[in-house]
Amino acid sequence: MRTLPVGDDALLVEVSSGEEARALHAELLRRRAEGSLAVREIVPAARTVLLDGLTDPDRLAAELALSDAPPAPPHARDVVRLPVRYDGPDLHDVAAHWGVPPDEVARIHAGTEFSVAFCGFAPGFGYLTGLPPRYDVPRRATPRTAVPAGAVALAGPYTGVYPRSSPGGWQLIGTTDAVLWDHTRVPAALLAPGTRVRFVPVDGS
Amino acid sequence: MTDRALSVVRAGALTTVQDLGRPGHAHLGVPRSGALDPPAAALANRLAGNPVEAAVLETTLNGCTLRPRSTVTVAATGAPCRVTVDGRPAAWGAPVRVPAGALLDVGPATAGVRTYVAVSGGVAVEPVLGSRSTDLLSGLGPAPLTDGAVLPLGRPAGPHARVDVAPQPAPPAELVLRVTLGPRADWFSPEAIRVFTSRPYRVSPASNRIGLRTEGPALDRAITRELPSEGMVLGAVQVPPDGRPVVFLADHPTTGGYPVIAVVRTPDLPAAAQARPGTPIRFVTAGRRR
Repeated sequence: MRTLPVGDDALLVEVSSGEEARALHAELLRRRAEGSLAVREIVPAARTVLLDGLTDPDRLAAELALSDAPPAPPHARDVVRLPVRYDGPDLHDVAAHWGVPPDEVARIHAGTEFSVAFCGFAPGFGYLTGLPPRYDVPRRATPRTAVPAGAVALAGPYTGVYPRSSPGGWQLIGTTDAVLWDHTRVPAALLAPGTRVRFVPVDGS
Repeated sequence: MTDRALSVVRAGALTTVQDLGRPGHAHLGVPRSGALDPPAAALANRLAGNPVEAAVLETTLNGCTLRPRSTVTVAATGAPCRVTVDGRPAAWGAPVRVPAGALLDVGPATAGVRTYVAVSGGVAVEPVLGSRSTDLLSGLGPAPLTDGAVLPLGRPAGPHARVDVAPQPAPPAELVLRVTLGPRADWFSPEAIRVFTSRPYRVSPASNRIGLRTEGPALDRAITRELPSEGMVLGAVQVPPDGRPVVFLADHPTTGGYPVIAVVRTPDLPAAAQARPGTPIRFVTAGRRR
């Protein structure tokens, strides 16, 4: 675990794996809940957790340097099930990358349990991990100017679902009717860091 | 619609509703948003008799024209401009009474970029996640103003401030941004760090509420592999593949995959929000505050 100062009142805590980042994030949330950590934002990402709005970042950095790596937290009990039609325009390209027939992409993807590693890019956009590394795919060479809301997509080690129409370079493999983000709903985001997710094929695949 | 409302006669180039923003949701991918020049927005509210969290209008370069349906107190701050009420000159940077149905014109900025217009009672559009701010990156909050739109106003909180002239910083002729190096300064060559902290840059016309883009010497990376996405802070100086630093402003993305060479001190960001395209920039290293 390594802490990097970020400006005057933030710290970036870097670890060596996504699993360690998940454990660190859970530990920091626990500390905030018990009142021993005052911070405005706790932002997990691929290999880091950002703590923004700290009153004494140096003291926290010293504390973290002395503490052991936190144990992996138990996975959240609830699983969010997203209905999906595996009808994306890049399904065949992804099948070619994986070296399997297109039907098999759907079977493998729907047979995987994902968890939200972190969010970013857009409100409610989760970076979902769970696929083994051999299924990493590159981004599209040319990003699309408009990816529709509900598009289920792959890039690198991640699966994501576009909460709203936006430009995007991920490989589109399917479509969901689930509403990923609704600011009038509580909570507004269907997927938050730590959420477990399964994709459930529906008719039309 | 009650008469506590404001008709938009001329929306201007880009006028948005802004308040203190919506911090606390970055882990869901929600930018903080809020006024780019918070001291100017706070001053406008104080002059108009509003609490600091009231929503104001943030204009871009050419102001806006408004017609209140009831008599209100307004104040224009930030980028200086000509203010008129029914064609008669009124004060900039001071409380101005606008009678019901009168035409308030906030003219083009004579310097700087963003003028803030506070109206007594505050702009009372529906909040999203606790804020009325327009977020241009993610589309949260009200859309930018359009000609003919009508904005609801809240109830006035109290009497306006009794001041004649409030001191305000002049928009910068040269932008000096104090930076703390890191968290990814080691991803750049020593020569790039030297260039970044000694050579002049200029404000790019591609700048917006998301970031202050720059023109100037490209910064070479020492580490060229891809950086896994990581959390981003306000004032982060991110260096995209073209090598020109971008200073993250209020609507910045919450995570990013390009290395951050340094972070601009928060008190220096309001001036960045008022720097016009072409303004010279110097990045100056300053140790951490504590």
